[in-house]
Amino acid sequence: MSVIVLVEHSGGVVKKKSLEAVQYAAQIAKQLNTTATAVALGNISETEMRSLGCYGAKKVLHTDDARLDDLHARAYTRALVTAAKNEGAKVIITLHDNNGRAVAPRTAVQLKAGLVAGALSYPDLNQGFVIRKSVFSGKAFAFVNVLSDVKVIMLVANSFPVVKGEGSATVEKLDIAFEEKDFGIKVKEVSKLTGEISLADAELVVSGGRGMKGPENWGLIENLAKELGAATACSRPVADAHWRPHHEHVGQTGGTIRPNLYIAAGISGAIQHLAGVSGSKTIVVINKDPEAPFFKAATYGVVGDVMEVLPKLTEAVKKYKAQHH
Amino acid sequence: MPDTVTKIVLKNNNTAVEEQGVTFIINPYDEWYALVRAIELKEAGIATDVHLITVGRAVTEPVIRKALALGGDEAVRIDAESNDPYEVASYIAEYAKGAGYGLVLCGKESIDYHNGSVGPMLAELLDQDFIGFASSIAIEGRQAVVKREIEGGEETDTCAMPLVISCQKGVAEARIPNMRGIMSARTKPLKVITPSAIPVLTSITAYEMPPVKAGVKLIAADNMDELVNLLHTEAKVI
Repeated sequence: MSVIVLVEHSGGVVKKKSLEAVQYAAQIAKQLNTTATAVALGNISETEMRSLGCYGAKKVLHTDDARLDDLHARAYTRALVTAAKNEGAKVIITLHDNNGRAVAPRTAVQLKAGLVAGALSYPDLNQGFVIRKSVFSGKAFAFVNVLSDVKVIMLVANSFPVVKGEGSATVEKLDIAFEEKDFGIKVKEVSKLTGEISLADAELVVSGGRGMKGPENWGLIENLAKELGAATACSRPVADAHWRPHHEHVGQTGGTIRPNLYIAAGISGAIQHLAGVSGSKTIVVINKDPEAPFFKAATYGVVGDVMEVLPKLTEAVKKYKAQHH
Repeated sequence: MPDTVTKIVLKNNNTAVEEQGVTFIINPYDEWYALVRAIELKEAGIATDVHLITVGRAVTEPVIRKALALGGDEAVRIDAESNDPYEVASYIAEYAKGAGYGLVLCGKESIDYHNGSVGPMLAELLDQDFIGFASSIAIEGRQAVVKREIEGGEETDTCAMPLVISCQKGVAEARIPNMRGIMSARTKPLKVITPSAIPVLTSITAYEMPPVKAGVKLIAADNMDELVNLLHTEAKVI
């Protein structure tokens, strides 16, 4: 009755957030006196799969089918359900990302399992199977008790530090009887934003608001982001005014992010914006208005004109990098 | 669900959220994107009817009327509590099976519990495909052409109908109901359905407020070296 975890990879390299998911699964397996089994789909090397042992996986089930290099939610669901049944698994784990969110709910339906979308903690087994998650756009947390025999959990990435240990996982082939309908969605076109760091996965984020005055000043944000190796984001008014593309909008009605560092330049900090970023571990607010509500949520605050502060901060980061590398 | 500006207050020893004095709204992703796109498809002559389905008790009816004021032909209220996503998806699936919808649109997630799971669960229960996080939806014949967000970019998918799509920004522009819409919404049919019982798979045992922030540490605008130093030595994020 192992714990099953779905592993995502990009061109055969396991994503860091999936290493976190494997580690999370292994920890839950330990709580339940069992072992963690990873499910890897598509083109990925044996070495890469065996190395999941360093993060606590005992076994990796693999299906090599070129069609699985793209997300086909119904095919992925069939893989997870097959693996769960073969292993007699009681707990199935995916990430709470676009892929996991397409696969885990379907898997839960098939296994008649209770679902926790957006897990932030390990289950508390003293109270049943209780997991903490963020609700009301980060304004509160809820403790969800999963009452069913089988449980499906979607873990929020960046909830736990990833620690590499020792070990090697065994790799076994997973036979899955796919059906034609599992591949009903056809991918017509993919446009990747090259050279940019994906906002959802970024550990560092630099974000601009109305205080940036206009799109012509975004070079200041981009320079700092480039120096830090950070992704760029923006507030809703900025996206609505088309100063920046919509996918950069973070806040209640945009994306929700929880990076290690969120730098907010010229963002006042409306409750809807805070909702999307309040999970950030460290928040730096730069605003010329000392009364800006965002300062209340900030770890560090700089009262000053973003046009002057951003270049100085970029310089300081440059200097720091020169000293430390 | 509670309006976006609601201050959350807990009650009953942190086992429930205070609803007194809270303004309830339609989930913004449902209203601004899914509903408006459905209305647009009808206006374009692609959809023949637009039905609004919600799971909730009678208290939700003013919110349903507000949605009908934007457009749509009729509303269905499935008379049950909407707690666990599997319960909600099962209730809707039971009704939708009989109705034979060509396309189901929903918001990408709710802004209260953020599960985003009713859409894919409904698709699974209806044995249909699901495309999540759509930013544009076009219908070409019997096929949906959908742009969706993927990690670090965008993908265009095609899929035969019927299917379920969850919507986010880009799918449509939010609308404000006009007087004619508000007047006609009063007389539009609002069916109330009693669903079959569904097993309870999860329950919320308690809530907790986020920890109070320690207070901001202010750094002089001309001392950015100090900020970088703190980010490295104290916050340990760079």
